[in-house]
Amino acid sequence: MPFTAPAGQMPPSEGWETNMNRRDLLRGSAAAGAVAALPRVATAQAPANRVLKMVPQANLTSLDPIWTTANITRNHGHMIYDSLYGLDASFAPQPQMAEGHVLDDGGKVVTITLRPGLKFHDGEPVRAQDVVPSITRWMKRNPFGQKLETVIDALEVVDDRRIRFKLKRPFPLLFKALGQVSNSPAFIMPERLARTDPFQQVREAVGSGPFKFKADEYNSGSLVVYERFADYVPVSSGTPSLTAGPKVAHFDRVEWNIIVDAATAAAALQTGEIDWYEQPPPEIQQLLRRNRGLVIEAIDPLPLTGILRFNHLHAPFNDKKMRQAILPAIAQEDFMQAVVGTDPAIYRTGVGMFTPGTPLANDAGLGALAGARSVDRAKALMREAGYTNQLMRLIGPTDILAPSAMTQVGADLVRRLGFNADIVLTDWGTTVQRRTSREPVERGGWSMLFTAFSSVDFADPAAHFPLRGNGASAWFGWPTAPRLEELRDAWFEAPDLATEQRLAREMQTVAMDELPYVPVGAYLSMTAIKRNLTGRVPGLALFWNLRRT
Amino acid sequence: MFAYVVRRVLATIPVMAVVALFVFSLLYIAPGDPAAVIAGDQATPDDVERIRASLGLDRPYLVRFGAWVFDILRGDLGVSIFTNLPVSLMIKQRLEPTLSLMVVTLILAVSIAVPMGVIAAARVGTFIDKLVMGFAVLGFSVPVFVVGYLLAYIFALELEWLPVQGYTPFSNGFFPWMENLILPAIALGSVYIALIARITRASMLEVLQQDYIRTARAKGAGLRSILFLHALKNAAVPIVTVIGIGIALLIGGAVVTESVFAIPGLGRLTVDAILRRDYPVIQGVVLLFSFTYVLVNLIIDILYTLFDPRIRY
Repeated sequence: MPFTAPAGQMPPSEGWETNMNRRDLLRGSAAAGAVAALPRVATAQAPANRVLKMVPQANLTSLDPIWTTANITRNHGHMIYDSLYGLDASFAPQPQMAEGHVLDDGGKVVTITLRPGLKFHDGEPVRAQDVVPSITRWMKRNPFGQKLETVIDALEVVDDRRIRFKLKRPFPLLFKALGQVSNSPAFIMPERLARTDPFQQVREAVGSGPFKFKADEYNSGSLVVYERFADYVPVSSGTPSLTAGPKVAHFDRVEWNIIVDAATAAAALQTGEIDWYEQPPPEIQQLLRRNRGLVIEAIDPLPLTGILRFNHLHAPFNDKKMRQAILPAIAQEDFMQAVVGTDPAIYRTGVGMFTPGTPLANDAGLGALAGARSVDRAKALMREAGYTNQLMRLIGPTDILAPSAMTQVGADLVRRLGFNADIVLTDWGTTVQRRTSREPVERGGWSMLFTAFSSVDFADPAAHFPLRGNGASAWFGWPTAPRLEELRDAWFEAPDLATEQRLAREMQTVAMDELPYVPVGAYLSMTAIKRNLTGRVPGLALFWNLRRT
Repeated sequence: MFAYVVRRVLATIPVMAVVALFVFSLLYIAPGDPAAVIAGDQATPDDVERIRASLGLDRPYLVRFGAWVFDILRGDLGVSIFTNLPVSLMIKQRLEPTLSLMVVTLILAVSIAVPMGVIAAARVGTFIDKLVMGFAVLGFSVPVFVVGYLLAYIFALELEWLPVQGYTPFSNGFFPWMENLILPAIALGSVYIALIARITRASMLEVLQQDYIRTARAKGAGLRSILFLHALKNAAVPIVTVIGIGIALLIGGAVVTESVFAIPGLGRLTVDAILRRDYPVIQGVVLLFSFTYVLVNLIIDILYTLFDPRIRY
């Protein structure tokens, strides 16, 4: 079934939108008499129609997208940095800062040439000497980069515009790796910043992307300001698609107004104080749908996936049979309706290990999640698995929408299944600390948690942390599944899509048996934006190509 | 008096030291890990450990406390774990909105609540008295955020007279500054007005029973003169006390009000820092709030002597 965002917005009626509301009119009248007496303080500011005001999904606290994987910092990174390659909507890499590349020695030597005229925001030219340390730093943090690092013999500067990878063996996914969209993308920074320890934050935010960061106006928790970078030269061909294609900025100034209260953000959108509210919660979306000057649509046509993660180190879920036992009781619909409401157009069930709608999504091994759901059947399987009323602990947050909603459904489920359950609901800060504990439940450890991952994270095995089976080094929960690791390694070497898809099916089959986690459905993240803003590039909160009509 | 002020100022030092120790210890034992928050949802346990080490969060309690105290003594509040910005700069960025909100609220509350209390006392038992007391009960009962949302709905969303959110610095002009503060100040001030009005009424009722008021009446003094010249000054000590205590209410209320109206003040900074476990910011802001509270109490004590010359220190 095609997965589409809800449509049905009322067409705008005549005069539905003006650039002036009653307060502007009152203010304008009052100001008219006084304006002659005022100094001309605003002459340097961009005209109002060249300013875009947006409420982002979260506060921007860290400015270094290599240091943290926080999505808000990733979005900030896409504003000010650029990468050698971008990914289009089908996740195919396209040259971005790169003019092109040459493969030699059967693909073991890759030379990438930079486009001419690239500049950083401090006016310095972008050189290969900046690119090499940027990629080196990125490879320490990004999982795709870490894999790439293992097949590199050398990464070197050829001249100011060329870098060269010398590989141990051909690495077909090199350009895809360099075009990673999420989870610490390979952004290019000036050499002086790129040489920062990857586990320390860079001290400045200087990139070569389409927008410049205004450090002097940055007020974390309140305001983040970007200015159009006049010297940015977009790629000359193609169409904007995710992070590929020309990045043309149509706004002189973009403001991220941090408004934590959803009702206030919604009201500000309705009164025209802001233009775009990135992630309104479902109940607010209902309210905003009534406003014909706004469009409520999926920010990414591909959904996020919710997961139930087990702790594989301790009872009861260190036993594969126990993990499998609860599958008959898992109804993905229950979890998704708790997250996004009852509109079936914005959630998806029958979800496996890869993002629905992406090339690697498949249905292998999903039989256990299909058909009639039965708590009784699950209870019987729990008895067969030898459950003897051991204490289990479900941890989860109360202040992050999707994980919170899924945790509530999960809490109800474990109670109905008859687990001796300790449900620990805290704020996100405490949850993320507690999940690092490898202790048994009796000593403060945990057994189960819920969270969600964005579409790009689960689009392939590269950055798919929960799908790994590398034991102590794995993502929280620490499953050991050597076969999953073998298949993942094989995927990196896959020469074509057909091979990737075959490996993905096999990975999912193994995963549905080993159950490093259980997918509990997928949902679209909706955004609310003024109807007169057009050209938004789907995928993330991206600001190029967006214009006011 | 001067010696008293000096003594009181010096007395704030051990108070602040205790606050510092308490705040640091509380944060140390509280659950939560800034490294895990920083690392993001996709980070591996190894990433979290490395970030924790890079932030120095793996050092023992005493080492961290000692380093923090040493920095404080040098006037350095430290650097935010998340933003890499100096805590003093972050506080400076947020000080004006919060001060503005508190000052406007205070002026609004006192200028409304004191006359309300005086009139209610002068008309005790009448409809006006009941109306004032009814308002006071309402002010106490309705949470600040409910008042805030109602005001925003009526005056911003429906009537479009005032903005929903945000803050305009005073340097941009008085009217733009005030435009953003009216609704938050009314919302925050509602509890405060109720509190001061009730205390003023009670205090005035007591004073109005005094012999010298009867004497003033007998001498033919007008009602306004009796209420505002003779009675109010003598009723002022409890009123000033409650205004002082109310500063704490304002600090707490500002957290909610700043969230509802998206004012980038210290309240929001504190909440954000707590949610992220940004220890240096939490410590810096709590120290500032504590110092402010101690200072306000000192000012209140000094004001007593102005309103009641019998009080000597």
